[in-house]
Amino acid sequence: MNRIDLEGRVALVTGGVQGIGRAIAERLLRSGAAVTIWDLNEERLAEAGKALGELGPCETGKVDVADPRAVQAGIEALVAKRGTLNILVNNAGILGKVAPTLEQEDADWTRTVDILLTGTFWCSRAALPPMLEAGWGRIVNIASVSGKEGTPNMPAYSAAKAGVIGLTKSMGRELGESGISVNCITPAAVETDLVRNTTPEHHEYMLRNIPMGRFGQVEEIANLAAWLCSADCSFTTGGVFDASGARSSY
Amino acid sequence: MTTKYDLNGRKAIVTGAAKGIGRAVAERFLKSGASVGIWDRDGATLAATAEELSKLGPVHPCVLDVSHSHEVEGGVTDAIDHWGGIDILVTCAGILGQVCPTPDYPEDEWHRVIEINLTGTFLCARAASRHMLEQGYGRIVTLSSDSGKEGTANMPAYSAAKAGIIGLTRGMAREFATRGVTVNSISPTIIDTEMGREAAKNFGEKALSRIPMKRYGQPEEIAAMIAWLCSEEASFTSGTIFDATGGRSHY
Repeated sequence: MNRIDLEGRVALVTGGVQGIGRAIAERLLRSGAAVTIWDLNEERLAEAGKALGELGPCETGKVDVADPRAVQAGIEALVAKRGTLNILVNNAGILGKVAPTLEQEDADWTRTVDILLTGTFWCSRAALPPMLEAGWGRIVNIASVSGKEGTPNMPAYSAAKAGVIGLTKSMGRELGESGISVNCITPAAVETDLVRNTTPEHHEYMLRNIPMGRFGQVEEIANLAAWLCSADCSFTTGGVFDASGARSSY
Repeated sequence: MTTKYDLNGRKAIVTGAAKGIGRAVAERFLKSGASVGIWDRDGATLAATAEELSKLGPVHPCVLDVSHSHEVEGGVTDAIDHWGGIDILVTCAGILGQVCPTPDYPEDEWHRVIEINLTGTFLCARAASRHMLEQGYGRIVTLSSDSGKEGTANMPAYSAAKAGIIGLTRGMAREFATRGVTVNSISPTIIDTEMGREAAKNFGEKALSRIPMKRYGQPEEIAAMIAWLCSEEASFTSGTIFDATGGRSHY
């Protein structure tokens, strides 16, 4: 196993209680970072905090990434406690309603875009001051192949993830000389509850499009995310890193 | 402490390894526990590199031209005889070719650039992949360039060859997707090597101003990315073009 050096780094992983976020939090802890995970479900936060705490210093916070004031206060509290923030992984997400566009309600659209795209923006903006002060930072956004290709019956998810890619590129360029890199990962379907809970037809659709003939594992996304958070990833910013089992066409 | 990639026990071939990016890759591989076959057509420089790198781990130099099919086949056979297999191939061998306007671009120069950069990559990948597919595991990383994505003025052959490498990478990746062999490419902008500095001379300040990080890349930065892609952990990424352009590339 690669030994990624994140010794002494302070990290925040949103949506860190399960799935990809939890795997990333775990890998960052094993790599020497102090990690804070955010989520909405207190019970799950308590469980994850306890389990992850055995691997290294892990804090939890109940924060809705779609609420800019909560995000700002959460990051200020984190910095007050840990002294700084070096790594932000914007992972919190929902699939949104999987249904034809004509059946999508206003609220489905708004909630999905708020969490996936706007939440990524709130968290990134709030994380910049401590990173700029340190002259070093790593922001890794979890986008999706849906944001490149568009997935039928998932208009909000596809649009929000494409938005995350655009935001990544914009911030990457803006911060080119700052020592902060901003990159994103575009996974194809990864074996998480998010994917397991879809309809059999949608499941089949997702699998059929992955040349490797299997879903990704959360650890595989975490492997890549941890590398992107390391000092070794130093000449790439605004980059879109694919982890799609050879699915993506660009 | 620095990041340490786990390439323990892996057998690698790095082409164009006498200097520049290829040499930095070989060095990082050796530090990561791999045995490395280093290929180059410049025998004198390769011998000097081999001597220095052998202090870090097992090195097996081979003087050959990647654009000659029989030499490449011989090199792969030699590597398998020497180490019993090949797990990793990194194709760094490449030339810039002449920089001149397309209406004046010489035909023989076109052929030379395409043969070394593109055909050479194909020949090496073809020969190594046979063995990798048989054993059900392999990592192939090709060197493309932002020239292959954007196109660089006055470098028609180089731009075309590098774009060709991107297509080749994606095609092979899909073909091998269920067979344990991943194929990916790194697409750098100008890197601070002998060849990169030569390229930079032609573009001057304009090239640097287009890189948001406002600096050229270092070969060690490309080597770190390649080492990650060649590790077992890079298991769900294939057919992709990893960017290393300091924020320059658009896609």
